[in-house]
Parts: sequence; structure tokens; C-alpha cells
Amino acid sequence: MRPTLLKGGRLIDPSQDHDDVADLLIVDGKVEGSGKDITPPDGAEVIDASGKVVAPGLVDIHVHLREPGREEAETVATGAQAAAAGGFTSVCAMPNTDPVTDNQAAVGFIVKQAAAARAARVYPIGAISVGQKGEQLAEFGEMVHAGAVAVSDDGHPVESSHLMRTALEYALSFGIPVTEHCEDPVLAKTGVMHAGVVATRLGLRGIPSAAEDIMVARNVLLGELTGGHIHLCHISTQRSVELIRWGKERGVNVTAEATPHHFALTHEACDDYDTNAKMNPPLRAQSDVEAVREGLKDGTLDAVATDHAPHHYEAKDRDFDDAPFGVIGLETALGLGLTELVDRGYLSLPELIHRMSTRPANIFHLPAGTLRRGAPADVVVFDPEVRWTVDPTSFLSKSRNTPFAGWELAGRVERTLVGGEVVFSV
Amino acid sequence: MVPSLGKDLLGLEHLTPEQIRLILDTAEPFKEVSERPIKKVPTLRGKTIVNLFFEASTRTRISFEFAEKRLSADTVNVAAQGSSVQKGESLVDTAQNLEAMRIDMVVVRHPSSGAAKFLGDRIRSNVINGGDGMHEHPTQALLDMLSIRDRVGHIDGLKVCICGDVAHSRVARSNIWGLTKLGAEVAVCGPQSLIPGAIEELGVTVFRRIEEAIEWADVLNVLRLQLERMKAGYIPSIREYYRVFGVTLERVERAPRDLVILHPGPMNRGVEIDSRVADGPHSVILHQVTNGVAVRMAVLYLLAGGQPELAEAAKGSDRGGAV
Repeated sequence: MRPTLLKGGRLIDPSQDHDDVADLLIVDGKVEGSGKDITPPDGAEVIDASGKVVAPGLVDIHVHLREPGREEAETVATGAQAAAAGGFTSVCAMPNTDPVTDNQAAVGFIVKQAAAARAARVYPIGAISVGQKGEQLAEFGEMVHAGAVAVSDDGHPVESSHLMRTALEYALSFGIPVTEHCEDPVLAKTGVMHAGVVATRLGLRGIPSAAEDIMVARNVLLGELTGGHIHLCHISTQRSVELIRWGKERGVNVTAEATPHHFALTHEACDDYDTNAKMNPPLRAQSDVEAVREGLKDGTLDAVATDHAPHHYEAKDRDFDDAPFGVIGLETALGLGLTELVDRGYLSLPELIHRMSTRPANIFHLPAGTLRRGAPADVVVFDPEVRWTVDPTSFLSKSRNTPFAGWELAGRVERTLVGGEVVFSV
Repeated sequence: MVPSLGKDLLGLEHLTPEQIRLILDTAEPFKEVSERPIKKVPTLRGKTIVNLFFEASTRTRISFEFAEKRLSADTVNVAAQGSSVQKGESLVDTAQNLEAMRIDMVVVRHPSSGAAKFLGDRIRSNVINGGDGMHEHPTQALLDMLSIRDRVGHIDGLKVCICGDVAHSRVARSNIWGLTKLGAEVAVCGPQSLIPGAIEELGVTVFRRIEEAIEWADVLNVLRLQLERMKAGYIPSIREYYRVFGVTLERVERAPRDLVILHPGPMNRGVEIDSRVADGPHSVILHQVTNGVAVRMAVLYLLAGGQPELAEAAKGSDRGGAV
């Protein structure tokens, strides 16, 4: 493989508190070094990165790639390509596939499909319980051995507090986080959107914020009880942010993520029964959006994760009650972060890279999120000045279910490298 | 310039006060048609209307059918079963098939909120919402308003309280929009478990006790209490509901002013309303049913492009049987 020199970019590496114009040299798929005016080795490919940001590739710890089972909506390969197009070099695939990724063979299948895709790296997340049924623990040890980096019953909250306690305790032996979609299913009932004035107006059944808050509180307390690492997915409410902040102050090993749609949109997006704004947790009120942004700012919320949830267009072309929950996010996440968090003054650009790369890599113990010498050369190059209009028909994802069509966003990904190889370029 | 209604009637939320008044005023001349020995005018002769009902309904469907027939439209009733999994798909497929048969209008009732809009966005025919989930039931609210106007003479400045299961009621939502647009003050009353969240943000007052509502109101619109609500745990028992929230004669007689009582039907006598109230002098419940036909005739006429100022002439021209 030829060495690569990315020359003259704004090199941002939160893992080293680095933010300055510098060259980045990649040799044999690894970071060889960075600095001013590096002389390219013989045969090196020199890429002019001036005016661009060069940063560790983005890391998304929450995606749904639908394979096996729903390949008409996404596959590991198309998901990994969509990830690369969005600047992501590592993504973690949730286990709510069909069949469920709840054993070493199923985990191995995802690893094999990911290797063949030659795009972003895909790390499987195994199920907490067999079949995600919430009854019997899945075999964490064997799944980790096969490549799983976390366990989750995402999509099906773990109703039994006993099972969640046991999962947190058992996971301690493998050093993996237990991640949870926080929702009290009895309270959420058959709701289809946030319980608020928009639901009242549209005559749609609401999911109260308390359905999330109750489970966040339970999980923080179980984290305290067990000492296990509890990671809370896609936080959407003000109270949840407060409860996590409280847990962290008490020293609980709790981490949390927020999605771009929860920091960019409110329940008003469901107006006119737009099924592309139907997601779970639902889009909430403006005060919740504000709390999520503040949570990302002060670190209560550790990471931005997309909850990329592809659905075939026919599945969304229904009345609101019948359409499935979920939106795709890999190809709009960076743009939304830049537009809604950086441009609005919540985060600096290095802080955004921290929340989208270094921090998620750290909490999931992934070899990513850094441009230190010797690290895998997973790199994103983007132009922070370019503004572009979201056109779902140009997505590499197989699905188009985004509420952001037509939005003008800042920051276009120009090139994504995984292990030194270009997996996406404009 | 006379406002038009546009292609569809999906709800009252997005109508202007002028559009609502237009429908009510256009209904006036059509009332008389139903009083004739020969209850038929040629206004919609040659038009084909499909009554597409994905949910059981007796009085709304019959009311629409009478309205259509008295305007000489050709009508077809379709009682479609909404399959639980693919309701949206079957809804659009059904509509496209009907449209391929060159129909002019669809009256749709569907258990999902937003279904009428879903249909209206996808077909060229006029769509009239005959009730979609918990969202809107515009013709019911229009006939309610016409009945109030008939009894009191005006709507502006009246205090109207909608009582009962507001949370699950499309009638309540359409009434809230329509009445507030015409200048009425609107309140809702019921156990909080049956009042939708943040309803105050729609400009509505909430009463938790029926006595307070009766003390305040000029008009009560009493909603049907679905017996399923008890099984679903929203209220402990039908028996207690009647005792605590029922519109009884004793309560109505204690009202400081002459109440007008409406009910969209079908009534649960002895559950939300006392028979002595429903059948008594305060009640306009049967008048509502009569007005339902006139209001629906007006809506059909206006959506078909009829000129409101010609409504009188349109109905009159068939006296001799000529077009």
C-alpha cells in the first residue's frame, strides 16, 4: 500500500487536544505521524487538505443495518458505505436483526459481511437476552470472543429489573457496556409520538416523557447497585438528562448518547402526519431539545449516535399509526452536528469531533477516535465551509426515510479513509 | 369574494371562520329539501360518490347517503375491513381502484388519525372526512354548530363545554376548532384520565367536576363514553361514571341559565346522559340528526363546485322535474 500524506489541513484530534494546521502521514494503514511540512516518503500519494478539516473518523455506536432479515431496507455493506459517506469509519450494529444476533455464529456473520464490504468498520452488538425476549441471558462471553463490543436488547427495553441487574453484573467479566433503549413499555403503551399538544391536535396516541425517565432512573440505580457499565441510548427528555447528570455526580458508571434528530427537531415535525418524523423515542418538546444540547455540551451526554434505522419506502408510506418507527441518520449526522450544535454555539468544532469520534470510541473500547502514532489510519476529511442540501435520492443507504430532506447543512465529507484506504471520496 | 373549500374537507382546524360560516349558511336552504314530499334535487346528478367506511358506522353513513341521494348523486357504499397490519396500504389501494372507476368524491371513515389526509393527498377526487381515528369529524361539528345556532341564534360569545371522553374523541377536536373560530368559549370536562394532554394550549378551559361545567356553560355537548374505556383502565366503572360525571336532570336543573344539550350519538342512556335530559326540553339531539343531512348536502354541494349564492336556486330548479 502506498503511503498517504494529507497535507495542510486543520488537524483536529481530541485524543491529543490537537487543533492546528498540520500534515498527517499514513504508512501501512496506520498513522505514522503528524506535524508541519512533513516530507512525503518515496511513492507517497500527497493529498492537498488545505482549507479542510482532518480528523479521526467518526464513530457511531448505534446503527441498525437490518441484515440478516430486512435486506430490502439495508445490508451490512450498504450501511457501511452510507457510514463512510457520512464520515464514519466505525459503526456498531444493533442486534435486532431477524434472526436476532444473540449468539457467536450470528455475531460472526456480521463480522464476515463487514469484512467483505470494505467500507466503514462494523462492530456487532450482541443481544442481552436470547431472542431479545427479556428472559434468559445470551452468551456474552462467546459473542465477545466472536467480535461483539457491547450487548443490548435495543428496540425491546429490558422490562425485568432482575435481568438488567444480572446483565450488568455478568458483563463486568468481559469489560463491555450494557446498552439500553430506556422506555417503560406499559406506560408508553401504544403511543406513536410524544405526548403533548401536537399529539392532542393530531389525535395521535402519546408516549409520555416519563416512560423514558422512569427507565433511565432505574438503569442509573442498577448501575450504582452493580458497578456495571450502563450505557443509555438516544436520550430524548430533559428529565433523563438530569437523572444521568445526577448518576454521574454519584460516580455511577453510566454513559449516554443523543441522536441528531433529538437535538435538531421537535414534535412539531410530526405535523401533517409525516411518517418520516415517527421515531422511538419520539421527537419531544423544545425544552427537551435544549436539554439534550446542553447535555452534549457539559458531557452528561457522552456521544452523538444516529440510531440509523432504515425502512423501505413502502413501510413508511402508510398512515401514521401503521408506519414503523425510525429514521436514517448516517449521511446527515455530521452536517446536523455542525449546523445545529457548532453553528449555534453549543460545541466547538473539536468538541463535536470529541462527541462523534473520540468519546464514543472510548466508552465502547474501540480502536478508533484518535490520530496518535500507531493508531489505525481511520480518518475523515471534510470541508466545514461547504453548505449542501440534503437530497435523499443521493444517499448510499438503501433507504430514504429522513425528515431532513431539503435541509441546508454545513460541512461536506470529502474523503473517508479506513486503515489508510479510501472508502469514500466525492 | 366568496371563499371556496378547496379540494377536500379533512377537518375544521385549517378552515377559516368564513369557510365555516359558508358551510353553515349554505346548509340553510338545503334544510327545506328534506321537508318536502319529494326529497330530491338534481344538483349532483351524474356525480358518483363512494362512502368508504373502514369502521362501523350507522348514523354518519346513513346521513351522508341521504344527503347524497337527495342531491341525486349516484352512491356506492363500501364497508372495507382495515387489516391490522397494512391498513395504509389497503386504504390507498382501495382508493386508487375506486378512482380508476372514475368517481367524483369519497367520504371516508377510518380508525387511524390522518387517514383522510393520507387519502386526499393521493387521489384526485374530493375527499370528505367522515371521521378519522381520534383526529377530526368535521361534518359532525358543523351540524353541532348549526344546531346551536338554530336554538340560540348565534355562536359568538357562547360558552360551550364538551363533556366526557375528550381524549379519544374526534368530535371533540372538531368542535374545539369550529367553535373557537366562530367566537365561542370552549371548555372540556371529564376525569383527567380522559382529557388529552396539553389541551389548554388549544385555548380550552378544563373542568374536572361536571357541576362546575354546568355552572359555567350555556351549551353542553355530551360525548358518548365507550364501554371499552373501563376495560382499558381509564375509569373504574360505568356506574360511578354516571354518578360523578353523568349529565343528570338534577344537575341540569341546578344550572343558572337555560342549558342547550347536544349529543353526537349514539347515546348510552344512564351512562353519560340521563334519559330525562336527552329527551327533555333542553335537548336538541334529534334536531342535530336532521341538520346532519343539510350540512352534508352543503359540504357535498360546495366541494362539487356549487356556488353558495345559487344554492337556493339549485334546490328550487327541480320543482317541476326539469334540470
